[in-house]
Parts: sequence; structure tokens; C-alpha cells
Amino acid sequence: MRELLVGSKKGLFVLRGEGPDGFDVAARAFEGSVVEFATRDPRSGRYFASVTSGFFGPRLMWTDDPTGDWETAKGPAFPEGADTTLDRIWVVTPGEADGVLYAGVAPAALFVSTDAGESWSLNEALWQHRIDGDWQPGFGGLALHSICPWPGDPDKLAIGVSAAGVWITEDRGATWRTGYTGLVPRYMPEESWEDTNVLCVHNMHRAPLAPERLFMQFHGSVYRSDDTGSTWNDIAAGLPSGFGFPMTIDPADPDSAFVIPLASDGDRVTPDGRVRVYGTRDAGASWTPLGDGLPAHDAWLTVLRQALGRDGEGEDLGLWFGATSGEVFGSADAGQTWRTVAPRLAPVTSVRVA
Amino acid sequence: MPVVMLRAPLKDLAGGNREVKLDGADVRAVVRALEAEYPKTAGWVLDDRGRVRQHVNVFLNGERVREDAAVGADDTLHILASITGGS
Repeated sequence: MRELLVGSKKGLFVLRGEGPDGFDVAARAFEGSVVEFATRDPRSGRYFASVTSGFFGPRLMWTDDPTGDWETAKGPAFPEGADTTLDRIWVVTPGEADGVLYAGVAPAALFVSTDAGESWSLNEALWQHRIDGDWQPGFGGLALHSICPWPGDPDKLAIGVSAAGVWITEDRGATWRTGYTGLVPRYMPEESWEDTNVLCVHNMHRAPLAPERLFMQFHGSVYRSDDTGSTWNDIAAGLPSGFGFPMTIDPADPDSAFVIPLASDGDRVTPDGRVRVYGTRDAGASWTPLGDGLPAHDAWLTVLRQALGRDGEGEDLGLWFGATSGEVFGSADAGQTWRTVAPRLAPVTSVRVA
Repeated sequence: MPVVMLRAPLKDLAGGNREVKLDGADVRAVVRALEAEYPKTAGWVLDDRGRVRQHVNVFLNGERVREDAAVGADDTLHILASITGGS
């Protein structure tokens, strides 16, 4: 049985079912709050939910049973001397070392847990870069939303920040360097392209079988790096738009990436009123529209950054995404065919497979 | 000792108590005492800087105050969410 964790503007929905058809809402939690992101650590089986109350602020919750009670984690929270406060927890990602998880938050910072997510501490070295570099927020805030561990090597990590680019560590977060050569911030004056650090990364994923390779959805294009994130090649040719937020990969295929383009920066809906996922199996040389079963006309959907999840691999890759219209769509055959698995939830913020 | 009046969801996080007595010389200290007594309330009223959250209201004897307001032994504090519109 599959279990989908669907974060929404109106709480967390836990969907359970066997395939693209027949999902039911097995549980709803955090009614009245926004669930920005929810995931499950496959090592421990523990579930995490980023919950933001419009009144009482953000917090990270965890449980071993998403149909039962949830516990409040100790953090992420900034130390009082940081003179800032947590706005939002964008993502929680299991690390490579035992018990280690990472959380990316706004304002952009990386938090680390070494006790399976129960308590969290700030990565001070990256935070100092944020202060020294005067990082600027994107439209959605100053967000650390993408965390890419290196399979088998707990020292290496790459992160994506909107709008402060890619940051890479090879010593478990003690020091950081940037990677931006090749990224073109067309939203800035051309004279600023060379020097700006206002680099609006929208999403980033590592290819597990070729971990030096990363795919990135940028603000206005899609890129691939073959050197651990140091330099980037534009691979958006063939897409209806370079703009978008969601992205994922097939873990069995290092040449694969999947995106859901939106029309443009100023018109953040599916292009031409047609919902399609685009996939590449040749590292971005070409893109194939995957829309059999998805709305094909009069469908102006917005799919948010964390609202595309996956499970499985190869021909059995599952792709699952939700829109702010409250629909959740799914494919159990790598995007060849699609079904609506939940037609009327609340506006969807995130989708992950447990 | 000042009295703190709570409503849902803070009341639920404080063991279902609508009224608790907590020591503290100012609002921040009283809320810190609440957090120490009922750890599930940590972070709900004060943000990471120790300031009352933007959409939380603290009333001291009927007057809306901030975290630095002095609190006396006979005072009553009400902590509640702001009234807001929207969806």
C-alpha cells in the first residue's frame, strides 16, 4: 500500500491506497494550520511535518504514527542572539550518518539533528555566510528549500537557497563554498549577471547513481551540473517555459529529471491551460511531455515548489503532485499515464510518498 | 502571584488549564515561566527573539501590552490569538 503525505493550507492529509486509483484520506492533522512540508525518514520510519500557525508561528512536529498523536521537536529555532526568528520550515531531509537529518528554513538557514529529529541546532558557518553576504529574499522569502546529501558520504552536502544560490560543503558543514558559474539571473540587469549573489534557485536534486550530477530548476531556466554544483549548463531547450518550481528525479537513472513548467514569472500557471509533467532521460538534451490522463484544456493550475514527490524507480517510478486548486494527481508508470487521486483537498503545498 | 488566563489552543497545551498562576517581573518572564511549567507551549507566544508574536495579543489587566511590560503580583494576563479576517 502507498501512503501519500499531502501538506496543504488546511492541514496534513494522509492518503492511503494501492495505486493511482482508490486513495482514501486515512488521517487529517493540524487542522487550521498550514502544513508546509511533510515527509517520512525511511531509516527510522518516523514522520515529520512542518506546521505553521498564522498566530502562533512555525514548528516541526514528529510522530511514528501519522494517524495518532504528534510530538513537538525541540527546534529548529534561532538562538536569541541571532536577532531573527523562524518564519517557516521548508524542507526536512534525512542525512547519510545515523540519526542525522537536515532542515532548511526561512530566513535561510540549515539546522541539523543528530537524534533522529527530536532536537535541532543551527549550522553556524552557513549562517555567518548569510550575514556576511547580505543574502536577499526571493518572492517567497529567503528560503533554504533544497538539501542534497551525497549517498554514502556524510561529509558532503549541497543546498539551494532562494535567492542566494548553491552552497556546497565537503566537511560536514564546517566550511561552505558557492557554485554558480553558468547560472544566468535574467531577472537582474545584465551588467550585474557576473557579480550578483542574488541567485534564485527554485529546486535542486542530486542523481544518486552519479552524485557529482545535480539538476536545478532556476528562476527562469533549468540547469544541470556535472561537477558537484560548481558549474552549470542550461538544459531548458525543449520545455514550454523555463520557469517553474517542482522538480524530482528517477533514482535509478542519473540522466533523468522531471519538472512541471509554469507559464512565466508573471503568470504562474500551467502553460496554455494544459497540465503536463516534462521528463528527460538524456540529461536534458530533450524533454518529453507526460500528460496522458492529466487535464488537457482549461486547466490553469499552480504547482508549488515541494508539491511533486516520487517513489520507486525505473519503469515503476511513481510521480505524485498536487496543485493549489486542491487536486492531487499520480502516475505509477514513470509518467506514462496519470489519474486524479484526490480531487478536492485544500490548496496543496507539498507531496511526498511515505 | 500573577494570574494568566489561557484559551485554546494554549489552554490545551497547558494541560487543559484555563487559569494558571506564574511568577515573573514582566510579560516575557511570565511567559517563560509558562513554558517551563508546560513545555508544549514553548515558542507559541514568544518568537525566537523573545518578542510576543505579531498575531498574538497579551492583555495586562485589560490593556494590550508587549513583552517588556512590568507585571505585579496581583495582575491578570490574558493571552489569546488576534482576531483576523481571511480564509
